[in-house]
Amino acid sequence: MKAPHPNQRRQRARIASLVLILFMGLLAVAFFRAQVVRGTAWALQSDSNRLRVLTVPAPRGTIFDRYGNVITDNIPSYSVSLFPAPLDSMRASLEGLQPILGLSDTRIEELMELAREDRRQPLLVRMDSDYEEVAALEELRASFPGVFLEMRPKRRYMAGPAMGHALGYVGEISRDELDSPAFAEYEQRMIIGKDGLEREYEVVLQGGQGTRYVEVDAVGRIVGSFEGQAGTPASPGDDLHLHLDLALMEYIHEIFPDSLRGAVVMLNVEDGGVIALYSAPSFDPNEFVGGISRDRWEELNQDPSRPLVNRAVVGRYPPASTWKLATAAIALELGAVEPGEQMSTACTGAYQYGNVVRRCWNAAGHGALDLAGAIAHSCNVYFYQVGLRVGLERLVDEGSRLGFGEACGIDLPSESRGIFPQNLDFWMDRFGYRPYENEVLSLAIGQGPNDQTPLKMAQFYLAMGRDGSAPAPQLAMRSADGEPNPAWSLDLGEASLVELRQGLRQVTSAGGTAFLSSLEHWDFIGKTGTAQRGIDQRVPDAWFVGLAGPWGQNPEVAVAVVVEEGASGSGAAAPLAAKAVDFHLRNRHGIPIDTIQTLREHLEAGVPAPWARWTSEE
Amino acid sequence: MTWFSRWARDPVLVGMALLLSLFGIAMIYSAGVLNVPNPVTEGAWRRQLLWLGVALVAFTAVSRIRSGWIEWLSLPAYLAAVVLLAATLLIGTGAGTAEGVGRWLQLGPIRFQPSEFAKIAAVLAVAKVLADRQHPPENLKDLAAPSLLIALPLMLVVLQPDLGTALAFVGILFAALFWAGTPALLLFLLASPGIALILAFDTRVWSAYFLALAAILYFVRYRLYLAESFVVILANLTAGTIALPLWTSLADYQRNRLLVFLDPAMDPRGAGWNLIQSQVAIGSGGFLGKGFTEGTQKRLDFLPEQHTDFIFSVVGEELGFLGVAVALTLFSVLLLRVVSAAERSGDPFAGLVLFGIFGAWLVHIFVNVGMTIGLVPITGIPLPFLSYGGTFLLTCWVMAAVTVRLAED
Repeated sequence: MKAPHPNQRRQRARIASLVLILFMGLLAVAFFRAQVVRGTAWALQSDSNRLRVLTVPAPRGTIFDRYGNVITDNIPSYSVSLFPAPLDSMRASLEGLQPILGLSDTRIEELMELAREDRRQPLLVRMDSDYEEVAALEELRASFPGVFLEMRPKRRYMAGPAMGHALGYVGEISRDELDSPAFAEYEQRMIIGKDGLEREYEVVLQGGQGTRYVEVDAVGRIVGSFEGQAGTPASPGDDLHLHLDLALMEYIHEIFPDSLRGAVVMLNVEDGGVIALYSAPSFDPNEFVGGISRDRWEELNQDPSRPLVNRAVVGRYPPASTWKLATAAIALELGAVEPGEQMSTACTGAYQYGNVVRRCWNAAGHGALDLAGAIAHSCNVYFYQVGLRVGLERLVDEGSRLGFGEACGIDLPSESRGIFPQNLDFWMDRFGYRPYENEVLSLAIGQGPNDQTPLKMAQFYLAMGRDGSAPAPQLAMRSADGEPNPAWSLDLGEASLVELRQGLRQVTSAGGTAFLSSLEHWDFIGKTGTAQRGIDQRVPDAWFVGLAGPWGQNPEVAVAVVVEEGASGSGAAAPLAAKAVDFHLRNRHGIPIDTIQTLREHLEAGVPAPWARWTSEE
Repeated sequence: MTWFSRWARDPVLVGMALLLSLFGIAMIYSAGVLNVPNPVTEGAWRRQLLWLGVALVAFTAVSRIRSGWIEWLSLPAYLAAVVLLAATLLIGTGAGTAEGVGRWLQLGPIRFQPSEFAKIAAVLAVAKVLADRQHPPENLKDLAAPSLLIALPLMLVVLQPDLGTALAFVGILFAALFWAGTPALLLFLLASPGIALILAFDTRVWSAYFLALAAILYFVRYRLYLAESFVVILANLTAGTIALPLWTSLADYQRNRLLVFLDPAMDPRGAGWNLIQSQVAIGSGGFLGKGFTEGTQKRLDFLPEQHTDFIFSVVGEELGFLGVAVALTLFSVLLLRVVSAAERSGDPFAGLVLFGIFGAWLVHIFVNVGMTIGLVPITGIPLPFLSYGGTFLLTCWVMAAVTVRLAED
């Protein structure tokens, strides 16, 4: 073939150039449209491709005891989360994580349910991963798209089970809680107080979540922070200072017999601060951190000894003889009895009212007693007569005024109100009859329709250790409040208070039921009680409620101990109360701790007990 | 610059090619700057630089071969290429981002893509066949020989499968036929079965097209043999008929690529991913781009095959429309230079080769750049001089050498 004519060549070259310009122009226009005209829209999509917003959990406030010791703080832990993605790919990721994190099939379904509900927030798969899980995940990062590890503060409870009931525990916010107005500001995945002080002071302790903008790559790995978008740091929660004595709590946990159930409450006489609040059996709140397993939760709930119940504030027990002090205080208030006064009928072991004969616990009889002596010997016959002098209506009215049918108002999320007739209609409402005057016989000795929490009894004795006024017991020190506002007050003169305390002192003196629990350094006074609860309970519950302070000075602490089925107040409850009081006061006054504390322990160890006077002062 | 002119022979064309190659190496370097570094892409720019050295040596040598030898070599080279392509089908291996397909031949320590060599061979062979004719092609029968010549390597490449490179053969054929003076009508009729195949996706569209084709054949009846019309009709009918079985015989990924071209949102995390992420990268580059190595789509691995087939998305994201315009300008100057060389050349073989190269490059550039922005369906086709790939860079430079060599005589 001959070469084409130059004119032809020029024409073909021109057409080719035109085609070339056309194609290039087409490309240029397409790029111009995308980059210049629609550029911002694509830029937004490019940012949203790689931008993820993470919340930065705030460390909860630290909780301190009365001496500034840390009770609860935070330690770093790792959580495993999943970025939002199409549900089937999230399921695939979860199934990939299953062997590493040991997720159950039901847990995966739960998580998928959560993922379906909130398609925006990352899904928290595992709150608290141990080191091995974290290491395994780090290594396999590339094969788990969308999985990320986060450092989160994790709650640590120093005293473990010793403080379980007082502190409560934390956990991930539940769906029901998210729906409730109290948690309107809260979001999924947040850790909140579930019980105890953690719940009560949730607002104080929580702090504010921060936000963090991170950049992720195509498979959802976090590669760093997102530049140009400043996050907000988390603001830690406020600290909480408690009246509780950490060392004492641990000591009580140690000395409370493992096989027994019960509660110990100790209050500070000066301000009503709660020095100890213990319930047995207890639980370890650390088990709840990072999510308790379903099995363990079931186990705790099904346990017949009910370890999750805070017996100190929720448990209600017939106060039995410990309530005779209330009868005495009311009678003194109303002038129905004078300090040192004897009753018209001396105790012969029984008392006849109308055609009813009521027994004293001591069938041999106590003979003629004054008020202090009647308290010391817990003489039923004396208190029957006191009760009759006061009268049913007045006893019910005044008992109600002193809050025996109320809760104390402690700063915990749940507290039982006492059971006590608020008025005479009580019998009609509950039993369907008008009460006879003889009902007062039972009430006067702490029987009848009367169940009290250990906390309530401690609060009542607290009033007798003061000027008769009783502040609401508080766990937390609230600096701004100043002088505590009394919840109620006994209208008693100094002479009456001295008389009541004198009666209590005889209980722990020679001849008293709790003499063997008396202490070397402290004027430890109180009242034992032994209460039959219900018909089928064969072993009665044991009570001790009392006051203690340095010899010759005002009481500093009030204490209440209940041991369920402890058989006798003097045998089971009083020694526990004495040892707890001794431990706390020794620390408070700088006296070295000794393992030999009560008189009984001195006798058993053969150590002299110089304070114990073996003859009654009477 | 005299030494450069002496060495390059066509300083403008070679200057463009060199600028594009260096631009490419810079972009390949950037493509390796990732947040989660990948050993393959990280060192790719060094290997490409090495290949550029090899390519420049090859350029120097080839641009000094006597043009008569080139013409003489064309048919043996063609036969060798066909044999190599056939061999590739039997013993080919995959590599790099194209792990799954057998496109490479391993010869001792050297591994190369016979399809690239075949492109040059096809250019030379079709030029040779057309140059040996007495007259420009006047009827369809005249087109048979060059068409079959191209069809053979094309089919072998399709079987690899490598649809992108196959398109380059089509570009070569049409560009060479055009330069040979083939009437536009014949070119259209030659293309018509292909058009029918594409339009067959919708029966009504295809029917309308077929009626239009018949009408055209009727109006130009005096310029065609009856047999030619008959063949065209038959070919178009066949294309329309086999479209469906051909469609179903495609591999899933090939079918999906075509489907997401029509609607990327159909499968945004699967087949549509590449296109969507490429568009996001380019679009978010804006006018000035995010800055060299700063592209987030690239850096965070949203972009697929960012150093090979999608290198232009990195250009768009990091250098913005400005960078895109510069790159397209460089390509345009290069291609216009090829066209003007052909225009100047008095030798029919030389002109045909130059146009074959023009056609191959134009297809490569348009299809590659077009697919990054969704103008063309995604096919695995590299961008001349820019994309990472040793054999391909070498081929481009050999083509440049042939261009400057033949343009001189």
